[in-house]
Amino acid sequence: MTLPLLTTHNLTKVYPGVRALDGVDFDLMPGEVHVLFGENGAGKSTLISMLAGANTPSEGKIYLDHHEVTFDSVARAKAHGVFTVFQEFSLIPTLTVAENMFLGQEPRTGLLIDHAEMRRRAQEIFDELGFPISPTAQVSSLSRAQQQMLEISKAFHGDPKVLILDEPTASLTDREVDHLFHFIDRQKAKGVGIIYISHRIQEFKRIADRITVLRDGAKIGTVEMDGTDEAALVEMMTGRAIAEIYPLISTEPGEVVLEVKDLATAGVAPSSLTLRRGEVFGVAGLVGCGKSRFFRAMMGLVPIRSGTVALKGQDITGRPTREIIRAGLYYLSPDRKHEGLDLAKTSDENLALNVVTSGASGKNGPVKRGWIDWRSVRKTVAGIATRVELPDAYRSRRVSQLSGGNQQKVLFGKAFGQEADVYIFDEPTVGVDMGTRAALYLKIKALAETGKAVVVISSDLPEAINLSHRLLIFANGRISAELPRAEASEDTVLKHFFTESEPVQ
Amino acid sequence: MSDATAQAQSETRANPIKTLFLRVGVLPFFLGIALVVFSFLSDKFLTGQNLVNVARQSVYLVLVSLGQMLVLVSGGFDLSVGTAIALTSVVSALSMTWAAGVFDSVFLIIAIGITAGGIVALMVGLINGVGVAYFEVSPFIMTLGVSSVGAGLALFMTGGIPISGLPFAFGDTFGFGKWFGVPVPVFIALICIAAMWLMMARTPLGTRLYAVGGNIKAAHLSAIDTKKTLVLAYVLCSLIAALAGVLLTARVESGEANLGGTMALESISACVIAGVSLRGGIGRVQNVVLGAFFIVMVQNGMNLAKISSYMQMVLLGGLLILAVIFDQMRYRMIMQGR
Repeated sequence: MTLPLLTTHNLTKVYPGVRALDGVDFDLMPGEVHVLFGENGAGKSTLISMLAGANTPSEGKIYLDHHEVTFDSVARAKAHGVFTVFQEFSLIPTLTVAENMFLGQEPRTGLLIDHAEMRRRAQEIFDELGFPISPTAQVSSLSRAQQQMLEISKAFHGDPKVLILDEPTASLTDREVDHLFHFIDRQKAKGVGIIYISHRIQEFKRIADRITVLRDGAKIGTVEMDGTDEAALVEMMTGRAIAEIYPLISTEPGEVVLEVKDLATAGVAPSSLTLRRGEVFGVAGLVGCGKSRFFRAMMGLVPIRSGTVALKGQDITGRPTREIIRAGLYYLSPDRKHEGLDLAKTSDENLALNVVTSGASGKNGPVKRGWIDWRSVRKTVAGIATRVELPDAYRSRRVSQLSGGNQQKVLFGKAFGQEADVYIFDEPTVGVDMGTRAALYLKIKALAETGKAVVVISSDLPEAINLSHRLLIFANGRISAELPRAEASEDTVLKHFFTESEPVQ
Repeated sequence: MSDATAQAQSETRANPIKTLFLRVGVLPFFLGIALVVFSFLSDKFLTGQNLVNVARQSVYLVLVSLGQMLVLVSGGFDLSVGTAIALTSVVSALSMTWAAGVFDSVFLIIAIGITAGGIVALMVGLINGVGVAYFEVSPFIMTLGVSSVGAGLALFMTGGIPISGLPFAFGDTFGFGKWFGVPVPVFIALICIAAMWLMMARTPLGTRLYAVGGNIKAAHLSAIDTKKTLVLAYVLCSLIAALAGVLLTARVESGEANLGGTMALESISACVIAGVSLRGGIGRVQNVVLGAFFIVMVQNGMNLAKISSYMQMVLLGGLLILAVIFDQMRYRMIMQGR
């Protein structure tokens, strides 16, 4: 029997008021992919931050090759061969790929940076890892997937013993994921131990050897991948059985509520769609295929080239975004940090904004004769918080301090502050744990069943397929297929992801 | 839960200094230190008479700081408040001297003067706001440019010479008069403070301003007209600066192109010390009033302690930088949680 590469004993991290990690024993074998699984806030990030040297434990020990180690900095951990790719990118968009890779440790000739040598070495690393990135490209011009690859490459100066990947596939398309998995396989073969954090349970079958489930900072158990299945894992993670993650949404398509004719924008060819009340409409496609741009154009967020948008028979083409929202079309941004929430404010303050600006009036309206009735606003906000299952304790917390799942609940709540007929949810569960997902899916179900039309734009294929009654697939800036639920299986949908057409400029 | 948790909780509870710092910022500490230091340096400082004096002198800065706060909350800043004051002073004085030759009614003459000054300030605010909101010029460059343009115009119109010969009633009322036993400038400032507090706390416009400064993209996706809101912030800032300009003109009884020269720096300092975030989205009216009061109090204290006015500039600049450093620390602590 081989000996473990890395072991933790009773690893604990205490923050004021919270036991973020509670006596976790964990071990990693050489050549193994060990998945850490758990809801947001379960302690995964805390655990890896200590293994990566970004954080120091309050109690407990870390052993690497049977020697106790103390990682008081990321550099120290790296020196020991523990490399971490964090979820948040640390790239500088205005510099080139090679410059980013060697930032702070540039090869030099005398006092000057040796750019040729830097490019050569960057190319070597990419060749070895099999990543198709040009060292001279500017980082801002890279796709998110390429940036992810660059982030991995950046971690790869030297010889890793342990590689920690935090949600590496969160923003990758399936083809890019394949690429990453090949890379992981090659590292495994070299005997590198890999700690892998992901919410995408369907990935585990392909790469995981063992899975450790965390909940509320404590280790629930470690299981062999071969001896477990999705349902068992979800049950371990949430502590309750989720029979169906995706609820069955009944449908009686009502009147047409949104009609888009030949709408075109930069990167999207003229495309049409018709949406009925009571319908959940899935939109799938690779990242950058135009699926999001198409709807952002509808919302007035990117300029329209041609075509018309009619909401409830009223032409709203090219209107300012606020008027489109007032007319009854709501758009949930995929980027909650930059476009969605005010991170320095509390959950309640974020929710109140939409209640106050909703334009709703009348006896119980939030604004009476130009004055805000805060009592009424607070009542509405409390109702919304209950509706999205945001725990009371988090309502007065600043959004920056909440987990991704709870931030997403606040973002959903903002949508309920404004009455709408059509809800466009762009990547509604990105970086959100399974328990929260299930809760958010129920909100989508409730909306559809009360006669709203819901659009779910998603790069998560099972989500797009399982929630929707109809599925629209984009490829290269064009609609490549529209499938009813019955015909939408992963295989048929994936086929439409890749078309031979030229990309739309 | 465990002892460690309980201990950690009691630790956070037992640190009221940190809580106060997170909630209001650096102001209470600065205020306390200043009170101690200056009452030590001069025994005249902590007298009722002197503090009333400080309150009266701080009126102008309080007004300008309120306007500055609007712009800071919206995520920008206004370096042209001083210019707005100078332009208002010059234009209202010129209008009054012109009107005095045409009309007989003193009331009408004063009204014309104030209106003219207000219109000019409105223009300054509009140019700032439209430049920042619609042409997306950085607030720094926009207001710096406007500041130069305005200062140049004010000097050009007057040739650098104060415009005297204003109606006696103007200075008598707005400079030195009393309403209900309260000095008129103080009275007007109190009304403005109340109105501003109501606006920020109770009207949708206030909420929109906080939202635009907090995250402009999120505000846009919350059906807010972000451009209009930005323009309004700059216009209101200019108008309230103009009000301070009119009151100052009445106080010095002449239109002067060099009025308000230090107002931009002082008003930004007052706001930052009062916990208004330079990143936008955060700031409270009542704290800003105290912040402005603090600045004037420090100046007053330094005068009493016979510190040269050149050295005062040095100290004020240092204070601003110190406040910004503390603001930075506070923001980080707020974002990371206690």
